[in-house]
Amino acid sequence: MYGSATYRVALSGSGMEYEPVIGLEVHCQLLTDSKIFCGCSTRFGAPANTNVCPVCLGMPGTLPVLNRRAVEYALRAALALGCRIEPVSIFARKNYFYPDLPKGYQISMYDRPLAVQGHLDVEAKGETKHVGITRVHMEEDAGKLLHEGFPDSDRASHVDYNRSGVPLIEIVSEPDMRSPEEAHAYYSALRTILVYIGVTDGNMEEGSLRCDANVSLRPRGQSGFGTKAELKNLNSFKFVQHALEYEIRRQTDLLVRGERVTQETRLYDPAEDRTSPMRSKEEAHDYRYFPEPDLLPLQVNEEWIGEVRRWLPELPAARRRRFVAEYGLPEQDAALLTSDRALADYYEAAARAARNAKAAANWVMTEILRKVKEDKIDVDRVPLPPVRLAALIRLVDDGAISGKIAKEVFETIYATGKDPADVVREQGLSQVTDEGAIREAIENVIAQNQSQYAQYKAGKTALLGFFVGQVLKATGGKASPSLVNRLLKERLDRP
Amino acid sequence: MSGACGGTIAEIRSLVSSGQASAVEICRAHLQRARDVEPRVKAFRALLEESALSQAETIDRDRREGRPLGPLAGVPIAVKDVLCTRGVPTTCGSLILRNFVPVYDATCVARLRQAGAVIVGKTNMDEFAMGSSTENSAYEKTCNPWALDRVPGGSSGGSAAAVAAGEVPASLGSDTGGSIRQPAAFCGIPGMKPTYGRVSRYGLVAFASSLDQVGPLGLTVEDVARVLQVIAGHDPLDSTSAPLPVPDYLAALGKGARGLRIGVPKEYFRSGLDPEVETAVRSGLKIAERLGARLEEISLPHTEYAIPTYYIIATAEASSNLARYDGVRYGHRAHDVHQMGPLYVRTRTEGFGSEVKRRVMLGTYVLSAGYYDAYYLKGQKVRTLIRQDFERAFEKLDAIVTPTSPTPAFRFGEKVDDPLAMYLSDIFTVTLNLAGLPGMSIPCGLTRDHLPVGMQIIGRRFDEEMVLRLGAALEGEIKFGARRPSLDGTS
Repeated sequence: MYGSATYRVALSGSGMEYEPVIGLEVHCQLLTDSKIFCGCSTRFGAPANTNVCPVCLGMPGTLPVLNRRAVEYALRAALALGCRIEPVSIFARKNYFYPDLPKGYQISMYDRPLAVQGHLDVEAKGETKHVGITRVHMEEDAGKLLHEGFPDSDRASHVDYNRSGVPLIEIVSEPDMRSPEEAHAYYSALRTILVYIGVTDGNMEEGSLRCDANVSLRPRGQSGFGTKAELKNLNSFKFVQHALEYEIRRQTDLLVRGERVTQETRLYDPAEDRTSPMRSKEEAHDYRYFPEPDLLPLQVNEEWIGEVRRWLPELPAARRRRFVAEYGLPEQDAALLTSDRALADYYEAAARAARNAKAAANWVMTEILRKVKEDKIDVDRVPLPPVRLAALIRLVDDGAISGKIAKEVFETIYATGKDPADVVREQGLSQVTDEGAIREAIENVIAQNQSQYAQYKAGKTALLGFFVGQVLKATGGKASPSLVNRLLKERLDRP
Repeated sequence: MSGACGGTIAEIRSLVSSGQASAVEICRAHLQRARDVEPRVKAFRALLEESALSQAETIDRDRREGRPLGPLAGVPIAVKDVLCTRGVPTTCGSLILRNFVPVYDATCVARLRQAGAVIVGKTNMDEFAMGSSTENSAYEKTCNPWALDRVPGGSSGGSAAAVAAGEVPASLGSDTGGSIRQPAAFCGIPGMKPTYGRVSRYGLVAFASSLDQVGPLGLTVEDVARVLQVIAGHDPLDSTSAPLPVPDYLAALGKGARGLRIGVPKEYFRSGLDPEVETAVRSGLKIAERLGARLEEISLPHTEYAIPTYYIIATAEASSNLARYDGVRYGHRAHDVHQMGPLYVRTRTEGFGSEVKRRVMLGTYVLSAGYYDAYYLKGQKVRTLIRQDFERAFEKLDAIVTPTSPTPAFRFGEKVDDPLAMYLSDIFTVTLNLAGLPGMSIPCGLTRDHLPVGMQIIGRRFDEEMVLRLGAALEGEIKFGARRPSLDGTS
């Protein structure tokens, strides 16, 4: 693949270098139960045209009524992105003809969006990049054309309006990104945060998140913008990066040859890994926006904003910083544990109940994530409650069981949901702390390993580990390793 | 049972509730009247004999079984074909909706049914309510019951003619620029456009969403009040309907005109106003004075910009509202077209009449990139100025009175080839839609040719009570109600 160096083409003599300028427009489906302007279900995958009513079919005389919950989700996203919420925003009609658009216009927001001036800090190539958010606005989704799978698909297309009226937010970034990697990192961080705050499922295959990119080149050091191309159909993180890489290469070639970049909309073809212009007919739109007369201006007062803010969870970046400060976790562990809201919640519950943040981090990152991966489940489906895991950690910390036994107990309590103390009792796994019993085991081990004993006495003290292992084995793993260690040393070092 | 025909709502309601006549008898009598006069008047697009009789039977059963009767129990009412009626074709006077059958009732229709009204038919109209003569109906020309060679006005021409011809005591119309008041004036009956937001628009097929309003026409001001009482009020399905309580309109009717301050805007009595219309309206104003009202000449200085402003805003919204008629989901679809673009073009070319096409093109133009600011945005600013004219005037007035239309009913074809002349027919009515104000036309006299003249009573926002009160007071003195068209005349 192309690293950023590939498109930094030095022109012979001039020493000119081009810098890409990238902005993303991301559409995000909100997780409301019902559509934005009617009561129909938003459930994905229902049989075609079953989640429809006169309103979302655009029947004559029907009118939209704004779903308050959709506004709340949009506000939550806007606040999470640090946006300023506009006290008054206005829905507008975006007029164009297409069979998936029942009214012949899409209700969207135009010159009075819901929120403006936000930002998202993303990590790319080890640096923190500050990406501005121009605006967040609400709109309705269109239906879906079905070109395949019908007996008459060679002659006709069918339309499924289940998606018509599903609430969307569009998040427009500033042209702040300078490489496909940064664009990828931004899109990925945006998805994480939107999923984290519970406004979307972030499912890109089902179209819950869709991305268009604007990209242009300019001579490095210049502050003006070059002519941009708009790239469509970037429906995965990989596509965003690949399409941008291709497009930057294409524009660089044009500029190096002394040609011009045409302002146009280009479609990315993942199979060919290239972009090509959409037919000019498809893009020559004059949307004739005007304020939607069927809806009142949307007023969001401070009280409403405060209410939404109260429900807003701590955001991943803040939580990561707090995990480092409050629990003393390494930055990397904190980042991993806060990458998913359910995981972070699980960890915090376990850490607090166990009163051992580091042990909890280790257990969650190794054992819990292993289970999640093996069983292919989401963290919020983990059957073991965090307090049970904490109880297990406490048993280790109190010296009741060894770490090794704890791993066994973990498997049992994960599978059965039992209290770890009960499991330890029932299976007789309690750590042996009876010094007499351990001394007896030590004597047996020495008797059976006379040559190693001799070597130890001759100065090969590294054999201590060997003897610890043998004693632990002899006690079925139940002896306290620290106690075994201490008693062994006493015994072996006795003159 | 022909006695029920020509009766007011109050008369019919009392016949039904006292058991002197059954709702079925009343319904049959009105349907018979309609069958008799329809060949001449052609007010209806469709008479719903079967469903009307079955509704009437339900009312009769309710009465027999002692269930409470609604305020319009057994009252036959006609509904403009722009209002959706469940299971009944709703064409909007357009070929593009020739076979469209809604699966829902407009909220106002549902409220009528709830109140016991019997929906006897859907009335003819200008296609998508665009017109002032009902000549733009794709189906038929409705005749003015007072002079069968003349138009009934429009776009609610069918709803006005049906009442004037005695086929129903009341009807529903819709008014975007005068479409209730002007035909009411032409047909010699009262008709009201309520305040924008007073009556739900849900199920009213949109022409211009920020101007459209449903309203009643009736034999008397009291009929208008009785129907308004039922259809007014907030509807959660229409975000622009006002969440305000609905006052008791009947209680407002008997309060008289004494002490009312009435503004008479000079801009509404200028050249272009037919002298006979002016005479009739002035005589109506004299009656108001005689009843104890005080008249005051006022100025509404931005009146002259109302027509261009209206035709920018109305056409802009219409161009968008009518985009949904694309042949994909319902209504007319062109045959044997296999590509998307041509499907749209052919469907709309075949389905829309010329006035609708003219307005869709005008509206598309005024919203286009590069023209939006000069037309649509400017239009919205002038709209604000027009509204402010009224707000200022109403600071010291209770009502404003003007002519409803500059002329009485004109002859078929007289203005059909001159859209501008047709548009000027709305010059005194569009201002109220732009300002969102309530207004009612009541008949105030006849011309020498025996054509009715209407005067328009304008109230403050949501003050339909004042409009009805003054209308009822004037109606009582003008005594126009005694005059009914003979249905055999021409002029």
